Amino acid sequence: MSSGQIIDAVDRLIIKATQDGLPLDSRPYHVLAERLGLDPDDVMARLRTMLGSGVIRRIGAVPNHYKLGYGANGMSVWNVHDDAIATAGAEVGGLDFVSHCYRRPRHLPGWPYNLFAMVHGLDRDEVEAKVTAIDKLLGARVEAHEVLYSTRILKKTGLRLVA
Amino acid sequence: MDAMDRAIINELQGGFPISEHPYADVAGKLAIPEADLISRIKALLASGMLSRFGPMYHAERLGGGLTLAAISVPEDRFDAVAEQVNAHDEVAHNYARDHEMNMWFVLATETPERIEQVISKIEAETGLPVVNMPKQEEFYIGLRLAV
Repeated sequence: MSSGQIIDAVDRLIIKATQDGLPLDSRPYHVLAERLGLDPDDVMARLRTMLGSGVIRRIGAVPNHYKLGYGANGMSVWNVHDDAIATAGAEVGGLDFVSHCYRRPRHLPGWPYNLFAMVHGLDRDEVEAKVTAIDKLLGARVEAHEVLYSTRILKKTGLRLVA
Repeated sequence: MDAMDRAIINELQGGFPISEHPYADVAGKLAIPEADLISRIKALLASGMLSRFGPMYHAERLGGGLTLAAISVPEDRFDAVAEQVNAHDEVAHNYARDHEMNMWFVLATETPERIEQVISKIEAETGLPVVNMPKQEEFYIGLRLAV
C-alpha cells in the first residue's frame, strides 16, 4: 500500500472540491481553480499527476446500472487453485462484462472462494450465461463457484474524504 | 434517453480530457455542439442515469483503507442491522445478497488502521461476526458498460 504522502494539502483541496463531480461548465478546471484560489494550469497539472500515479483511477462518468436497465448484478465467487490465481484473475478481469475482479482471502471452512468477479446483465439469465462463460474459461483451475445476486441496495455513497 | 445519450455515456466511461475546454474536445468527437453535451450530461445526472461525473479517486493510494466485508444476518433482524451498519460514515456501499452471508458492504476509511476499528465497532453493536475480505490483488479493468 502506498503512503498518503504522494498527495499534499493542495491536492486534498482539489479532491474535496471534486468528490461530488466536475463542474458542468465550458472550462471546468478553471472554475475549480477560481473556487479554490489556485492557478488553472496548476490544477490541471496536479490532476494529470494524480492520474499518472493512480490516485485518480480515471476522470469520467459512472453509469447507474439499474437505471440503465442492467437490473441483474451477480457477484460471482470462485475457488481457484492458488497456483493459477494470477493468470486466472488476469483472464477474468480482461472480460468486457466483468466490472471488478479481485483476489480476496478465503475464510475456511465456510468460504472457500478467493476470486471475485462482478457480472452485470439485463436479467439473471444474461448473468448466468456470462458466469458459464467464465466457468468454461477457468476450466480445471476452479474447484467451485457461486453467484450472489444483489437483492437490494442498502446504501450507496462515493468515497468521502473528511479531513 | 436516445442514441446520442448512449454514445455520450459510452464515450465518457473511457476518460475525460484535462484541458481548457474538455467538453468541447469531447463534443467534437461526437460531432455535437459543446452546449448540447453539457446539457445532456446535466440531464443524465438529474435523471440518475449517471450516478457521478468527475474524477474517480483510489482510496488506498490516498493513504486510506478499503475492504469488502460481509455478515450473516438473521432475517428478522436484517433491517435493524442494516441501519446499524449504514450509520457508519465509513460504509460506502451496502448490498443485500441472496446467500447465507446476506449483507455485503464496502468500508472506506481515512487510514488503514481504521478498518479494524470500524469492524470491531460493528461487531460490538450488532453482536454478529464480520468477515473481512480485503482485496489481495486487483485485476484491473476500466469499467466499460456498453449501453
